[in-house]
Amino acid sequence: MTITEDAPAAHVGSRRLRKEDPALLTGEARFIDDLALPGAIWVGVVRSTEAHANIVGIDGSAALEIDGVNEVLSGADLAPLWGEGALPCAWPVTPDMKNPTHLPVATTTAKYVGDAVAVVLADSRYAAADGAAAVVVDYEPLPAVVEIEDAVADGAPLVHPDLESNECYTWGLWGDNAAAVDAAFAEAAHVVSERYLQQRLIPAPMEPRGCAAVPSPAGGELTLYSATQIPHILKVMTAVVLGIPENKLRVVAPSVGGGFGCKLNVYAEEILCSALAMQRGAPVRWTEGRSEGALSTIQGRGQVQHIELAADADGKVQAVRVKLLADMGAYLQLVTPGVPLLGGFLYHGCYDIPNYMFECTSVFTNRTPTDAYRGAGRPEATYAVERAMDSLAVSVGVSPEEIRARNFIGADAFPYESAAGLVFDSGDYQAVLDKAVALAGLSERRADQASRVAAGSSKRLGIGFSSYVEMCGLAPSRVLASLDYGAGGWEAATVRISPTCKVQVVTGSTPHGQGHETCWSMIVADQLGVDPDDVEVLHSDTAVSPTGLDTYGSRSLAVGGTAVYMATEKVIDKARAIAAHQLEASEEDLEFSGGTFRVRGTPEAEVPLAGIAFAAFTAHDLPDGMEPNLEAHVTYDPPNFTFPNGTHIAVVEVDTDTGNVDLVDYVAVDDCGVQINPLVVEGQVHGGILQGAAQALYEDAVYNSDGQLVSTNLADYLVPSAAEAPRFRLDSHATPSPTNPMGVKGVGEAGTIAAAPAVINAVVDALRDLGVTDVDMPASPQTVWKAIADAQGGAS
Amino acid sequence: MTAVTLTVNGTERSLDVEPRTLLVHALRDDLGLTGTNIGCDSSSCGACTVLVDGQSAKSCTMFAVQADGADITTIEGVADADGTLHPMQQAFHEHHALQCGYCTPGMVMAAISLVEEYPGLDEGGVRHGLEGNLCRCTGYQNIVDAVLAAAGSGGD
Repeated sequence: MTITEDAPAAHVGSRRLRKEDPALLTGEARFIDDLALPGAIWVGVVRSTEAHANIVGIDGSAALEIDGVNEVLSGADLAPLWGEGALPCAWPVTPDMKNPTHLPVATTTAKYVGDAVAVVLADSRYAAADGAAAVVVDYEPLPAVVEIEDAVADGAPLVHPDLESNECYTWGLWGDNAAAVDAAFAEAAHVVSERYLQQRLIPAPMEPRGCAAVPSPAGGELTLYSATQIPHILKVMTAVVLGIPENKLRVVAPSVGGGFGCKLNVYAEEILCSALAMQRGAPVRWTEGRSEGALSTIQGRGQVQHIELAADADGKVQAVRVKLLADMGAYLQLVTPGVPLLGGFLYHGCYDIPNYMFECTSVFTNRTPTDAYRGAGRPEATYAVERAMDSLAVSVGVSPEEIRARNFIGADAFPYESAAGLVFDSGDYQAVLDKAVALAGLSERRADQASRVAAGSSKRLGIGFSSYVEMCGLAPSRVLASLDYGAGGWEAATVRISPTCKVQVVTGSTPHGQGHETCWSMIVADQLGVDPDDVEVLHSDTAVSPTGLDTYGSRSLAVGGTAVYMATEKVIDKARAIAAHQLEASEEDLEFSGGTFRVRGTPEAEVPLAGIAFAAFTAHDLPDGMEPNLEAHVTYDPPNFTFPNGTHIAVVEVDTDTGNVDLVDYVAVDDCGVQINPLVVEGQVHGGILQGAAQALYEDAVYNSDGQLVSTNLADYLVPSAAEAPRFRLDSHATPSPTNPMGVKGVGEAGTIAAAPAVINAVVDALRDLGVTDVDMPASPQTVWKAIADAQGGAS
Repeated sequence: MTAVTLTVNGTERSLDVEPRTLLVHALRDDLGLTGTNIGCDSSSCGACTVLVDGQSAKSCTMFAVQADGADITTIEGVADADGTLHPMQQAFHEHHALQCGYCTPGMVMAAISLVEEYPGLDEGGVRHGLEGNLCRCTGYQNIVDAVLAAAGSGGD
């Protein structure tokens, strides 16, 4: 990696503590609900209690008797606010994709429990909540379709009768390869055919959503504050939906308390508050309650997966064939239809599999819409292929690590063109796995496992592998075009040096916990030879960072960080020209190191960056024709994705009497490319792993047959605590990505992508000698106990 | 409305609240102390943890009137007046025990109370002691290490 010529990388690679921390540790940081907005109108949303029902009547009389409740508005009352506008879906994945009109507040029919059917306007948050609870809605219940496979059954009730089908789209990836895939299966010595369920998950960032729209009636401007990951995208979409001129609209994401994908959206409440604020000329705000959010914020996953592997006698996989059913929920949110596609390229995992076939049929159900949740399609793909590889290992009669070794893409194969059409950048998957095996102490674990079986212990040990590769750094704009995504994948950055040689970085990537301010400062500090504390990083406000595409898909560093790096290089180039002018030397003869330009071979001829910065500011003596000031802007469109990878090993203890699973050890070796700040990287991996392990063991958005979500709070929806979390043991094996100048790849989603199959493979491994071959997620005590009982019953 | 007097971070504050006003809303909306966050409304997540007469309490599940006459400490009250962080805050910083920071005020308050009440806790004790405070970002490992370090009982 070259930061700048001859400059020591003093900060990049160090475990620098975060500059974001003090404000967050002292309560000084301002989250959305912390904003003081005197005179604001509080919105309470009345949500459907039925999964599917005609709205016959809305009676707000009781609500209006409550002190502080001023208005009750139905969807019909509000409809003129958005006219033809509807909540946007930016990813029409096929030309014939069905996209039902999605109004912020339903007018005639509620399509899921939680669908907004009316709103209350009140003087306070308490009055808004009281008012919303007091509105009486008369529903005429309609048949609901709740489960994915029921949606495509003959005679299924239709979520949207006008669309004449519950099928949203079918998207496939096979090209001319279908015959070759079929031939590989016909000739295979081993065929694995598995069906896996991806339960729905509730993203549950610790901060619920919220928004506040503040108008400036005199000039017609509107500022929308929102707990969002995507202020830039939200601005464009709000302008389009409501017809607000973009030059009159500013979007600000204050401190945001986690997102994990669920704040990567354009929500009804954002449009509603914006429209009402423009109409009323007063601030309008809404803060989500936790149980409300379980219904009204997008959910993740929701797939039925069929995966088949065809392998030769040695277990070398020749073909993979995947058919998915994916649950869109009742409506399409911002990128709902695209989520399964993001996994659709990765069902061959990190293996060299020549023949590939993927098909996804997505369906509507009467449930909360799904959309991106940490990993977005890639955890699902990794789960399927990693579970199936373990089944193949059993079929071939080799260990999980051996079946992986026989199929890995070789370290010498990069750049590797996959059968799904991607070009993988770099990696050494076998070296990563070897490191993980050593770190896990695999042979000792296996010995312990065997001795427990021999002793007839009820505390079985299971060891589970997951080797993954993900595509991130979303995304090359031309690739997005080929997938019919409605925007580009670039990122923007501006770097300015002030007269006193302080540095201002403006990034279009919007942090909500990732540590952008710290990491961007480290990058720029090394390039310029300044202290990271002399670098400020501005973001999350379209007035100060007007250009950007925000944060999702592990893109911040690989795309946004690269833009920052390139903008800094441009600033150095300009400074070099000024230095050459001052030193009366040619630019080629100058070297820049530690914040000083020197003439090579003439060490006394030097000028510090601070001198150049001041000269650029005064503009008294610049080269002819040069503009004053040191500033550069870069918009970087990545030429390719990046491909982080790794091997994780989970060790579980399963109590065969109770079905309880304890995660006793977790080892992760990841290749996220060059690490800017290992402290931040490890934090991302820790949190990511626990989120993936939580899908494996605890979390489930449980719906009953009527379409009622029954796990709506954090007592019923089991976000794990410190008591359930294991101690993670990490290592890394970096192969720098050749795609960008810093060699970085991304790490935000890696843990979540890897963890669920590692944990479930471990649970199955613990119980395999009892005849258990599959355990559904979440592997609750009841589910595990039943799997054991079923296997034992079947054997007797 | 009911008159309530609280001593908050060492300063006596009098306010009129609806009897059903939650302590967390009195702190946030009436006193402007927005460092205490609300994550779940149901005692599950602990984001709203403050100290009431020195003991950690979830301020979303306590009425302001119940705290009448009590001594309340919020996250705004634990650092020194000169800005020097409380040892627990400093340990969280040094161990990268926060990412988005939303659970952090409640987590820090719970941790301060925990180590005061149970000195000498080991890792398992810390993990169980913080069971009522959820974090979605960190996977808890760095939080546990920070608490152990601040308690002087080990940690990386």
